Amino acid sequence: MTTPEIPQRSWSQRWHVKAVGWTVLLVALLVGSSRMTGVDVGMFFSNFDQFTNLLVRMSQPAWSYVPIIIQPLYETIQMAILGTTIGTVFAVPFAVLAASNLVHNQWLRGFIRLILDLVRTLPDLLLAAIFVAIFGIGSTAGVITLAIFSFGMISKLFYEVIETIDMGPLEAMESVGASKVTIIWYAVLPQIMNQFVSYFLYTLEINVRASTVLGYLGAGGIGVFLQRSLSEFDYGKTAVIILATLVVVMVIDGVSNHLRRVLL
Amino acid sequence: MDQQPIISFKNVNKIYSNGTVGLKDINFDIPRGEFLVVVGLSGAGKSTLLRTINRMHEISSGEITIEDEPISSYKGQSLRLLRRKIGMIFQDFNLIKRSTVQRNVLSGRVSYYPTWKSVLSLFSTADKDRAIRALERVNLTEKLYTRADELSGGQQQRVAIARTLMQDPKVILADEPVASLDPLTTQTVMDILKRLNQEDGITVIVNLHSVALARQYADRIVGLRAGAVVYDKEIADVTEADLTKIYQTA
Repeated sequence: MTTPEIPQRSWSQRWHVKAVGWTVLLVALLVGSSRMTGVDVGMFFSNFDQFTNLLVRMSQPAWSYVPIIIQPLYETIQMAILGTTIGTVFAVPFAVLAASNLVHNQWLRGFIRLILDLVRTLPDLLLAAIFVAIFGIGSTAGVITLAIFSFGMISKLFYEVIETIDMGPLEAMESVGASKVTIIWYAVLPQIMNQFVSYFLYTLEINVRASTVLGYLGAGGIGVFLQRSLSEFDYGKTAVIILATLVVVMVIDGVSNHLRRVLL
Repeated sequence: MDQQPIISFKNVNKIYSNGTVGLKDINFDIPRGEFLVVVGLSGAGKSTLLRTINRMHEISSGEITIEDEPISSYKGQSLRLLRRKIGMIFQDFNLIKRSTVQRNVLSGRVSYYPTWKSVLSLFSTADKDRAIRALERVNLTEKLYTRADELSGGQQQRVAIARTLMQDPKVILADEPVASLDPLTTQTVMDILKRLNQEDGITVIVNLHSVALARQYADRIVGLRAGAVVYDKEIADVTEADLTKIYQTA
């Protein structure tokens, strides 16, 4: 029996040059950036006892604090829902215009993407500080900050989803003589709906957490209480706030999983 | 058969921006009510030729007239109206997989409605009945509320034909409609196209690579090679030897 002729692997294939090269490059970048920024990993371990100390003090949650934070937690959820929804409503048309398989005009697409990049560049803390200055302390500033933050994030996630869809149904709708909007409604939306919902809920979850930080700047919600407990060194209360936020995040996660299954 | 052609190609050329020749000096007429089969190797330009008829592909020079109207100047609304009277079915069916059969079939009717009505799915009762009748033509009424992705390939192609019927088309373009199907469903789908051609007088243009199928269903066979028409005969004059020649490379 003769052995079949097997083609020779090239030198770079045999020694996995690409994989090795990328790994070396990544490690070099990692080491280099920690050198340049002066991050001292050793300090993390030598000061670890302070961290455990904090954990110990947080390990006795002040359960009596629960009734007090229900109302602000409720406000946080409302802020997150409002902010995410407003951001999403504006994000959908921008996502459509930024998707390279729907908009063939490079200039328009480039312009839209520039706007989106710009929006994502603005740190949410900066936005919160600005809106607290404009609208005063309270949840209005928080909602607007979350809306802009969600807009930037969702529009990027959405247009990346749109770019992965099957173009066949679009061709069919085009051949039927449908208008652009009708094509998007009939051929694009059904293909992306479940991912949209899942990204919406993911953003909502991020916003619940983000709004706890925004509270620091006076943007309303549970964050105000988080900041108060921390400045009073009352770590039992801090623990309760973190646990309550965890419950909310878990509930959103559960809803998200359920909806994704139903909508598939 | 009407003597006046429904579609007519006059010196049609297509050159892609990278210099590749898509179509070369195409000249022929398609009489109303004809069942025309276009054969040729992959890459011969069959799909391109078909898509120039509903302007899914643009041509570089020459003119195509449909019912004596040159179509190259159509834009916006007039282009959509042109496409409305030309149905198209595809190798991969191109249904909206997550939607029901009913919604897929009704989507063939959207060009008769303003956009806002289509978006809100405000279809008239008459058109909902029309969808059921269209499904009757392809023997699939019992699947009205089934999701498209739960159907077999042959069933999906029949839904696609029903969608096309909703347009009230004068012409149906079929781009390799049976290439993804097994032999049995192939016959069913081709039979349906033949019936629409004979009973409704719809002009049907089908791209195929199976010579046997072409001989079985066509009134006339046009052969393409490298973007040019190398063969054009009525079915009565077609011989086996002719067709093998089209499939010879070089």
